[in-house]
Amino acid sequence: MKFLKRIAATLFAVMFATTAFAQGITVGVSWSNFQEERWATDEAAIVAALDAAGATYISADAQSSSAKQLSDIESLIAQGVDALIILAQDAQAIGPAVQAAADEGIPVIAYDRLIEDDRAFYLTFDNVEVGRMQARAVLAAAPTGRYVMIKGSPTDPNADFLRGGQQEIIQAAIDAGDIEIVGEAYTDGWLPANAQRNMEQILTATDNGVDAVIASNDGTAGGVVAALTAQGMEGIPVSGQDGDHAALNRVASGTQTVSVWKDARDLGRAAAEIAVALAGGAMMADVEGAQDWTSPGGTTMTSMFLAPVPITAENLSLVVDAGWIELEALCQGVSNGPAPCN
Amino acid sequence: MTDTPSQPLPTQNRKTVFQQLELDTRLLGMVGAFVILAFGFDLITDGRFLTPRNIFNLTIQTVSVAIMACGMVFVIVTRHIDLSVGALLATASAIMAMTQTEILPNMLGLGLNNPLTAPITIVVGIAAGTLIGAFHGWLIGYLTIPAFIVTLGGLLVWRNVGWFLTNGQTIGPLDSNFIIFGGTNGTVGPTWSWILGGLAVAAAIAGLWNARRSKASHGFPVKPIWAEMTMSAIITSAILGFIWTLNSYEIPIGRLRREFAARGEEMPEGFTAVYGLPISVLVLIAVAIGMTILARRTRLGRYIFATGGNPDAAELSGINTRMLTVKVFALMGALTALSAVVASARLANHTNDIGTLDELRVIAAAVIGGTALAGGIGTIHGAILGALIMQSLQSGMAMVGVDAPYQNIVVGSVLVLAVWIDIFYRKRTGGL
Repeated sequence: MKFLKRIAATLFAVMFATTAFAQGITVGVSWSNFQEERWATDEAAIVAALDAAGATYISADAQSSSAKQLSDIESLIAQGVDALIILAQDAQAIGPAVQAAADEGIPVIAYDRLIEDDRAFYLTFDNVEVGRMQARAVLAAAPTGRYVMIKGSPTDPNADFLRGGQQEIIQAAIDAGDIEIVGEAYTDGWLPANAQRNMEQILTATDNGVDAVIASNDGTAGGVVAALTAQGMEGIPVSGQDGDHAALNRVASGTQTVSVWKDARDLGRAAAEIAVALAGGAMMADVEGAQDWTSPGGTTMTSMFLAPVPITAENLSLVVDAGWIELEALCQGVSNGPAPCN
Repeated sequence: MTDTPSQPLPTQNRKTVFQQLELDTRLLGMVGAFVILAFGFDLITDGRFLTPRNIFNLTIQTVSVAIMACGMVFVIVTRHIDLSVGALLATASAIMAMTQTEILPNMLGLGLNNPLTAPITIVVGIAAGTLIGAFHGWLIGYLTIPAFIVTLGGLLVWRNVGWFLTNGQTIGPLDSNFIIFGGTNGTVGPTWSWILGGLAVAAAIAGLWNARRSKASHGFPVKPIWAEMTMSAIITSAILGFIWTLNSYEIPIGRLRREFAARGEEMPEGFTAVYGLPISVLVLIAVAIGMTILARRTRLGRYIFATGGNPDAAELSGINTRMLTVKVFALMGALTALSAVVASARLANHTNDIGTLDELRVIAAAVIGGTALAGGIGTIHGAILGALIMQSLQSGMAMVGVDAPYQNIVVGSVLVLAVWIDIFYRKRTGGL
């Protein structure tokens, strides 16, 4: 009963906030670097969700400077925002900005990137789960054999979250002796060229004795597939993430097994809705789906992790139906492939 | 003794009020541009731009670039350039971050937040900045490598030395006494602000009247009394107005509650407090006064401007222009390190990207402030005003919600336009 009551209270708080008080609410978004193409998708989703709630959107772009981001947020606060969504340039140096917002009683949402501060609400995709999904899909395609792990950038904490998730899934198979890891490499700067070079090295060292590759994102998967193709080995299971257009095309043509897709529009919509709810006075813990989570730095934060979607040959139609990719781009050069490319 | 009969100095026919006030029309133009800018943004943002809060924000946002711009004036006046200040700022900030979070508390056992940590750190940082600057100056002055090349190399070297020192990690939180130089974490409160403001007014008026007496005693023409009075009134109202504005920005209620809670007290109902002058702004004012005195009243200052005006003539007349270059760049390095104190204290952390592109902002501030790249001309107050104009443009546009690419397009265009107006003005008035 208590549980039901809490859900009812939460729903009430959220609805109350979105419908009754949304009028006149202003949400400020501080982007770290809008030059990267991807954030335009997020922005469109945030704006759409705010419009639907009757709230106003204002934003600032820090142009990759943590100092400018602090000035930007001061400016957004001076403009009287009721909630802040921050894509932090630097998880620690954003501290004084979060401090300033907290002083004014303005709720802060850490958007996609961690802010080491328990007053911020951390919203992102579950990166450990992404790693699990990658490993699950590859393991299903190659239950036994010699595995290669192509990891992300050594400076990005996400790379290790992913690797951790992958290990959880394949650990049992390793213990049972079904799987042997014959090569493992970080990819400097997530660059496809580095992933390709590392994969070539591993193929040479193992005399092409590789049965499956768990690559941490689509860029590195591209490098891996290029290295495999050079040896005529394309078609063995390879994982990835991001739903890159090139990667989805590879899934359609069968050279990549899975691309775990994090729909930026889900993230944007969730951020806008949470911002409006918090601005309306809802407590962070009352947001539906919120949970306590301890960061690598030891901060206990209220967070929400959205579940990504693994895109394989079975559910390729999903990305076309969602308008993420055009049918022609997805099926370019693929004949008699999986649906919808047949 | 030759008793020189006091020659009647050529008297100009004074016509307008402005001429009688002997105001620097260039400075007046810049102040005018700034005022138009400020009121324009104020209009567009429904009166949000000129609130005490935003003026407080603007001043603390300007400090770091303005401090470096003061040093850049001397560099440009001596016909050099320094492209490495942003990178040098990162190195100085990295050195200070390591000093206060690693070396002093752990290796020397001072522990966290020791009262000695902040002063030692700042001394170490400024010493490092001065040394690196002097090294640049030596390469330029004695090895005659062009400043453009030395500091272009320096840009790459120091940016990555900073990276190397910290492994690219964000270092923080910094020492609690160190971060008072960052702005909101260190303000002197309303009473001291008024006292300092009063002292500044007294000093300014005393300066004006002393100058008048000294001119009169040497037989120079002086302004009419009403002109002096008007100037005094303008200066007084400007200083006190600034203090009043900063003193009317109330500390947010959440912060007050936190401060009371930290002391284990209950906050009284209806309690308010204000920030007053930020310490970082006081640092900038001290730098500005010091550098202005250096430029106008000391031998070093006269040598700098003489060398900038005509390096060959200066050298032939016995000025050691090589050593002078070393001194100018050492000063630039010291101010950059001071600026690093303010910049890293403001973020309460050292970040790997700190100071990125600051060299361009600093050069732009000096140039908008009327420093001529041809050398020999430039003022400290002009450079600070230039920095303020640049920051107002950026903050104002961020506030209005101008898209990021347009912001930089506007800033770049303003830079070029400002220099063109300056050239045009100098031609018209027959200035240099």
